[in-house]
Amino acid sequence: MWSISNIANWVNEWLGKNFSAAWVTVFEMVIAGILVISLFAVLGLILVIMERKVSAWMQIRLGPNRVGPKGLLQSAADTVKLLVKEAMTPNGADKFLFNLAPYLAIVVSMLLMAPIAFAKDFMLWDLNIGVLYVSAISSVSVISILMAGWASNNKYSLMGAMRSGAQIVSYELSAGLAILSIVVLTGSLNMNDIIRSQADGWWIFKGHFPVWISFIIFLIAITAETNRAPFDLAEAESELTAGFHTEYSGMKFALFFLAEYVNVFIVCAIGATLFLGGWMPFHIGHWEGFNHIMDFIPSSLWFFGKTFFLIFLIMWFRWTFPRLRIDQLLNLEWKYLLPIGMINLLLVTAMAILKWHF
Amino acid sequence: MVEEIGTTADGDLIINVGPQHPATHGVLHLVITLNGETIKKVEPHLGYIHRSIEKMCESLSYRQFIYVTSRMDYLSSHINNHGCALLVEKAMQIEVPARAQAIRVLLDELTRIASHELWWGAMAMDLGAFTPFFHAFREREMINEIMEDTCGARLTMNYILPGGVLEDIHPDFVKKTKEFIALFKRKVDEYFELLTGNIIFQNRMKGVGILSAEDAISFGCSGPTLRGSGISCDVRKHYPYEIYSQLQFEEVLETGCDSLARYLVRLREMKQSIHIIEQLIDNIPEGDFQAKTKAVLKLPKGEFYQRVETARGEFGIYVVSEGGTTPYRIKFRSPGFSNLSALDHMARGSKIGDLVAMMGTLDLVIPDIDR
Repeated sequence: MWSISNIANWVNEWLGKNFSAAWVTVFEMVIAGILVISLFAVLGLILVIMERKVSAWMQIRLGPNRVGPKGLLQSAADTVKLLVKEAMTPNGADKFLFNLAPYLAIVVSMLLMAPIAFAKDFMLWDLNIGVLYVSAISSVSVISILMAGWASNNKYSLMGAMRSGAQIVSYELSAGLAILSIVVLTGSLNMNDIIRSQADGWWIFKGHFPVWISFIIFLIAITAETNRAPFDLAEAESELTAGFHTEYSGMKFALFFLAEYVNVFIVCAIGATLFLGGWMPFHIGHWEGFNHIMDFIPSSLWFFGKTFFLIFLIMWFRWTFPRLRIDQLLNLEWKYLLPIGMINLLLVTAMAILKWHF
Repeated sequence: MVEEIGTTADGDLIINVGPQHPATHGVLHLVITLNGETIKKVEPHLGYIHRSIEKMCESLSYRQFIYVTSRMDYLSSHINNHGCALLVEKAMQIEVPARAQAIRVLLDELTRIASHELWWGAMAMDLGAFTPFFHAFREREMINEIMEDTCGARLTMNYILPGGVLEDIHPDFVKKTKEFIALFKRKVDEYFELLTGNIIFQNRMKGVGILSAEDAISFGCSGPTLRGSGISCDVRKHYPYEIYSQLQFEEVLETGCDSLARYLVRLREMKQSIHIIEQLIDNIPEGDFQAKTKAVLKLPKGEFYQRVETARGEFGIYVVSEGGTTPYRIKFRSPGFSNLSALDHMARGSKIGDLVAMMGTLDLVIPDIDR
C-alpha cells in the first residue's frame, strides 16, 4: 500500500487531474531532480558516517561519537564546516577548468542515478539500454579527474590524475565484461528485465561458476573504478599527499568527496541489480512460508540492504589491504583480469546457448 | 646543490617530497627527479630540525647532557640515555649495581618493542593499510603505561643517571610487564597474519629496495637495515654492555637484502626482545638501584667512545674531555643519518610508491638524523 511505486502513481494521477499534460511532465521532472539531489546529499552523509564507523569498528576505535546521538550528526557538522570554508583557486591554475571539474564529477554521478531501480516499479528513467548507459556515462568521470589534475598546476595533482586515468580506462574493460556476462544470460540491456529474470533465483545463485567469477571480477573492477583502496593510487596520501584534489578546498573538495561516495553507492547498486536480484526478495525453492515472509519485506529495503552489503564489502577492502603499485595495478588488469574475463564471457555465452543454467 | 624547482634539461620532473609531506614522518625534505613514475635521483635535504644538540652538550654537565639525547631519537630515548650513562660510568669507573643493570636492560628492550611497533604501524600506513597502525598502538600503549608508572614519562623517559637509575621500579612493574608479555606473544603472530602474509604486501616488498651487503657496509648502515642484508652487526652481541653477555638471545639475520628482509628483521627482533625480558623479569636482583657518586662529575682527560644498539642501529657517543665538568667536544653517531644515505642508491630506478616503502623499512626518525 505504501510502496514507493504506489506513492509515485498517486502523485502522477493527482497531477494529471489538476494540470495539463505538458505541466505534468515539467512538475515531474522538477520532483525527480529534487529527489535525486536530496538522495545525493543524504547518501553522502550516510556513507561518510558509515565509512567512519566501519573503519573505527575494524580499528578498535570508537569513531565519531560527539556530535548528535552516537556521533550520527558528525557528517552534517562536517558539511557545514566545508560550506563556510573558503574555496581557493591557486595561482597559475586554469581557473575555468579548475572550477568546472568538481561539478562535472558530481553531474556524472547524478546522471548515473537515472536507470537504477530503487524499488519495485520505481526508477527515474526506464531505459531499454540501461546497462549500456551506465557503462557509457561512468567513463565520463575520468574526464573530471584529468581536468582537476591538469588545471591545478600541481605536480602531485597531475600525477594522481594520470594514474587515475590509466586505472579507470583499464578497469572499465573488466567491469564491462563482467556486466556483459549477465546481459548474455538475460538477453536484455534493460535493468528491469534483468531484475525480472531473477524472479526464480538471483544470478549469483543460479548462474553457477562463471557468474561467480564475473562477480569477483566485477567487485575488483568497481573498487578500482571508484578509486578506493587497495586501488586508491590516484589519491595515495603517503605518496601524492591527496592526488588530483590536493589543491581543492571547501565545497569544491566536498563535491569530489561526495561524488566519490555516491559513485561507490551507484556501482554497488548496479552490482546488486545484476548479481543479487535488485529489489527481488530472497526465495528458497518451495519453502512457501519462508518465501511469503520474505515477500512481506518492502522491495526498497531489499534493494538498499543488498547495496549496503556490497558497500560494506568495499569498505572492508579499504581498511584491510595495503595499496598496490601502479605497474602492479595495470598488470593485474591486463595480464589477469581481462583474459580471465574474456574466457569467462565465452563460457557464459556457451552456457546461455546450451541452456546449462536453471 | 639546490636545482631550480621544476623540470631538468632532460625534461624530467623534479618533485619536492617534504619538508611537509605525509610519507616522511617529520621534516625531511627529499628532492626527487622523476621520469614518469620512475625515480632517477633522490636528494635528501637536511637541517629543518637541527637544534645543535652537540654544541649545547658542551655547556652541560655530565649529569645534564644525558637528557638532551632523549630529544634526538625520541623513539629509543631510553637507549640513548643508556649509552651516555655507560660512557660516563666507563670513563669514571663507576660500578653500577646489579639491580640497576637489570632494570636498564629491561626498559631498553621494552623501548625497542615500542619503537618497532610504531615503525610497523607507520610503515603499513605508508603502504596504504591503515588498520595495522591502530593494532600496533593498542599494544604500544601498554608499554607506555609501564614506562609512565616507573619513569614518570611516556616517551622521553629520562630515567637513567650515571651510576644507576633515578628511582626504583614501580611496585606494579613486574605484574604489568608479565601481562604485556603474555598478550604480546600472541599479538606478534597476529601482526604476521594481518600484514606479512598479504599478497599485495608481499608484492610491494619482495625484491624492492635492494641494498647488497657491500653497499650497506659502505654506506655505514647499521641495525636492522644492515642485518636485513645478512651482516651480523648487533652491538649487544659484538660489544656487549651491561648484562647482555649473560643473556640468551639470537641476533636476527635475513639474507633477502630487500624491503621484506628489513621488515622481517624488525618483526622477529620484537620476539627476541620478549625473550630477553622473560629471562630478566623474574630475576631482577635485590639491592641498590643507584651507586653512590660524587656530587660533581668530572671525566678524566682523554677521549671516550661508547656504542649501544638502539631500535634503529648503532648509536655512538664520542666525548673529548679536558678534565672539566663539561665535555670539550661531543659527537653523536646516529644510525638514521647513515641509513638515510643509502636511500638514493636503493631508490634509483624504482617507482614512487616503492620509495615510500623503502623509507618505511629504513625506519627514519628525523630528529635523530638532524640532531
